[in-house]
Amino acid sequence: MGQSVPRVEDEALLRGRGRFLDDLNPVPGAAQVAFVRSPFAHARIDSVDVKAAAEAPGVMGVVTGAQLAAVCAPMGAVIPCDVPYYPLAVGSARYAGEPVAAVAARDRYRAEDAGELVVVDYSPLEPLLDPLVAAGVGAAYIGAPSGAVVSDRTFNYGDPDAAFEAADLVLQRRFRFPRWSGAPVECACVVADWNPADRSLTAWANFQGPFTLHTVAAAALGLPASKLRLITPPDSGGSFGVKASVVSYIVALGAVSRILGIPVRWTEDRSEHLASSSMATERITDLTAGFSAEGRLLALRYDTVEDVGAYLRAPEPASLYRMHGTLTGAYRVEHLAVRNRVVLTNRCPTGLNRGFGGPQMYLPLERTMALAAARLELDPAELARRNLLRADEFPHRTASGGLYDSGDYHACLDDALAAIGYEQIRREQAAARSGGPAENCRAVADGRADGGSVLGGVRGVDGVVGCEGGGSTLGGVQGVGRSNGRLLGIGLACVVEPSVSNMGYVSLAEPPERRRVGLPKSGNSEAAGVAMNPLGGVTVRLSTVPQGQGHRTVAAQVVADELGLRPDQVDVLSGFDTHSDAWTVSSGNYSSRFSGIGAAAASEAARRLADRLRSIAAEHLECAPSDVVLRDGRASVAGHPAGGVSLRRLAGQAHWNPESLPADVEVGLAVTAFVSAPNLQPPNDNDEVVAAAAHGFVVDIAVVEVDPHTAELSVLDYVTVHDAGTLLHPRLADGQVLGSFAHGFGPATGERVVYDKEGTLLTGSFMDYLCPTAAEVPPLRILHRETPSPFTPLGAKGLGEGNTMSAPSALANAVCDALGIDDIELPMSAPGIWEAMRVKGLLRSE
Amino acid sequence: MRGDSVEVNVVVNGRVYSEVVEPRLLLSDFLRHRLGLTGTHVGCEHGVCGACTVLLDGEAVRSCLLFAVQADGWRIETVEGLADLEKLHPLQESFREHFALQCGFCTAGILMSAVDCLQKNPIPSRDEIAELLSGHLCRCTGYLPIIDAVEAYAHGEQETGRRQ
Ligand code: FES
Ligand code: FES
Repeated sequence: MGQSVPRVEDEALLRGRGRFLDDLNPVPGAAQVAFVRSPFAHARIDSVDVKAAAEAPGVMGVVTGAQLAAVCAPMGAVIPCDVPYYPLAVGSARYAGEPVAAVAARDRYRAEDAGELVVVDYSPLEPLLDPLVAAGVGAAYIGAPSGAVVSDRTFNYGDPDAAFEAADLVLQRRFRFPRWSGAPVECACVVADWNPADRSLTAWANFQGPFTLHTVAAAALGLPASKLRLITPPDSGGSFGVKASVVSYIVALGAVSRILGIPVRWTEDRSEHLASSSMATERITDLTAGFSAEGRLLALRYDTVEDVGAYLRAPEPASLYRMHGTLTGAYRVEHLAVRNRVVLTNRCPTGLNRGFGGPQMYLPLERTMALAAARLELDPAELARRNLLRADEFPHRTASGGLYDSGDYHACLDDALAAIGYEQIRREQAAARSGGPAENCRAVADGRADGGSVLGGVRGVDGVVGCEGGGSTLGGVQGVGRSNGRLLGIGLACVVEPSVSNMGYVSLAEPPERRRVGLPKSGNSEAAGVAMNPLGGVTVRLSTVPQGQGHRTVAAQVVADELGLRPDQVDVLSGFDTHSDAWTVSSGNYSSRFSGIGAAAASEAARRLADRLRSIAAEHLECAPSDVVLRDGRASVAGHPAGGVSLRRLAGQAHWNPESLPADVEVGLAVTAFVSAPNLQPPNDNDEVVAAAAHGFVVDIAVVEVDPHTAELSVLDYVTVHDAGTLLHPRLADGQVLGSFAHGFGPATGERVVYDKEGTLLTGSFMDYLCPTAAEVPPLRILHRETPSPFTPLGAKGLGEGNTMSAPSALANAVCDALGIDDIELPMSAPGIWEAMRVKGLLRSE
Repeated sequence: MRGDSVEVNVVVNGRVYSEVVEPRLLLSDFLRHRLGLTGTHVGCEHGVCGACTVLLDGEAVRSCLLFAVQADGWRIETVEGLADLEKLHPLQESFREHFALQCGFCTAGILMSAVDCLQKNPIPSRDEIAELLSGHLCRCTGYLPIIDAVEAYAHGEQETGRRQ
């Protein structure tokens, strides 16, 4: 543990021998499905005529929404919602791209041909597209009896009114975080095989969990959970939350297989993915913040409108509540008021997406900190310092009930400031602003990643930029920006990154009196299995459904540590099967839970197996089991590494000669362990919740320059400092940080889901939905501190989402700083920056 | 696009294949589902993500933008042809060393593009590497480790004189 060993996943993937679901053929002869989708954002479906399609060559059958609804119940929602959600539209279509009918044929080409022959009579209805309008309208508009607002809750912690009254500075501002999507490179894939003999469904899907959704799927299909066998493939091509939504297609394909009586399969294409898989919520937040004259943040009031799209699809409105215990960020704030409205619109339903509610929450908070610093005439770093929780304040109970485990926030901030060369850059910036004389200081980049920009707005240059011969020990930006009038900006963001989510937090969307009626939900648990075969080989089974993060590598490490083996002596399986693996509803790959709880389950199973081996060895070694040490494949007495007995021998004994085992040793060398994160009680009657078990800390500092002629944004330097507790595998941790940063950089600078005023999707291909490429993502300098979490078994915290939360804020702060403006819209594309500069009179002609 | 089936003769990774296909069958589908060479991936089918990149007579092409019939008579290399049974291609080794893949879905296409580009420009600058990679989407790695891997390979190869 703690070593950056090579990934066991890599060789097969590099050879092209990965096993992604579309590569596999679990049911030979399965028919290929294509979906007929609504071109309208909102329309009544008057009729669906499938006759011509059903008779087309190669077609095995066509299934409509009405047929599906005859065998399925609506998908269960987290809170009551009177717009029922079926995976095929029933009665009306509520967003452009919604599936309306499914065609199964011998191959995909024929299925798509036949799809064009399905005649759907639509009566277009007025679409509801603006979340703020949705927050204000009633029943008729959305076609839902109780209107577009599906949850409206207020929360009060402490005495926010009095705190605002006492504040010397009160800032209020509106922030809008637009829709975007993690858009993994591999799209969804499902194979479904209904067995009429025992009325069961076996489904293969590149689903990512959480397995709460297995229950949702089984209920929708009208099956006991034991009759829905769900299998995930060994490899999955990224997910970033999005593939939780595959559950809708598990139900759709399951119903099609059942109705037509044939096995079916479907691989999503990119336009289907961008139109109708899932995306992050758009959130509009009015944030009010009260400060004392010395810059103490006294109180916060969030008034939030969250757009979840056309249906309230489980686990939404979790995006809104994931951060509920963390609404005060990294700061000591006692008084907090919240109003949360969840609204439906005629746009694609939302769901899990890397950062999950964090980017939407931190943009208001961290922009407000920057604005407050300016009003208070304090440096933003100084304002942060005055409000950050101190290392001696942990564990810290937040105003809304969150429990922060550990951290040294001030040390991280200091690390970041030192690494970026903060004082120096501020001086450079001041010189540039005062129009001081340009010094002959040539910026020297070492030539990294400074390619042309597809996005047109963003260019990255490597962090190491310095005056020639001027040597920078800090490696930061030294000597940039002396020339008169350069637009340099520095942006800071401090974020707390929750990981290992409480399965109960989303019930906050219901008031306490309604929560009391239902089954309380809490906790986050995971299972893993470790087995030793008769020759001493070790296999591990995970229920964490990795999508590229390297879980197999880390599990091999932690298991090897317990058993005294090398990681390469441990085989870890990543494919998952609800009918042969141990799992819980919280199993799966989300809320950065692997290092906190997933690896811990594997470690715990291995520890129990090691205990068993120690007991067997103790008889041979004539010592107490607690004196047996497992090392280098042998069991020996502590302090006497030379003697001892091999694990292979012990394994052989356990398998072949169970009669010889000590009486108190359980037979068999297979152990399944369940572990559960502590402190994650259901929300209490005061609406307080520990929404996550572990809390990492991230400080980002971005240094940007905006070209006064072209409005082009360049990131000159970017430093991120993480404290994610114990790092299980530093290189994989850095990989998560880099990937997470790219997912924050995207919506900050170019990624945005756009609909026109009719509700038609304008970003339906990768030509229009602009994911950053290697030419745009700037280099990132990563530093770590390791303050172990007292709440997770291995001391580790998640770190796969922090920079997705922080980067939009840090970059927005930097751009606003560069331009001297208070507001900027995300994504900060060249036209948006241009417009802001035009208004401010900053544009210069050649 | 429908029409009578036609015969396609190709040499893929040194093996000869003769198949009868519909004219509209994409080269990517042909490789994956007809020949079972599933190492070539499909991420968009509109020429942006680069996951489907293969070499057609040595040139990197997007197999989702070609029909199988267009490859008739040509030599194709896919990712499965890069390594031999014993060991990885040194570029693949460099990817492993630099943690240049996570889910690995984008990797095959990037490797094939890089092989083509490095033949034309054996020692690219980091800018040039970023430029070559800008035809590929990777959502996992943030690209930096991929740039590192290609750079280290190009420079390592030059120093040890293994190339040319
Ligand atoms: S699948 Fe060919 S470029 Fe994306
Ligand atoms: S490694 Fe997952 S998309 Fe590149």
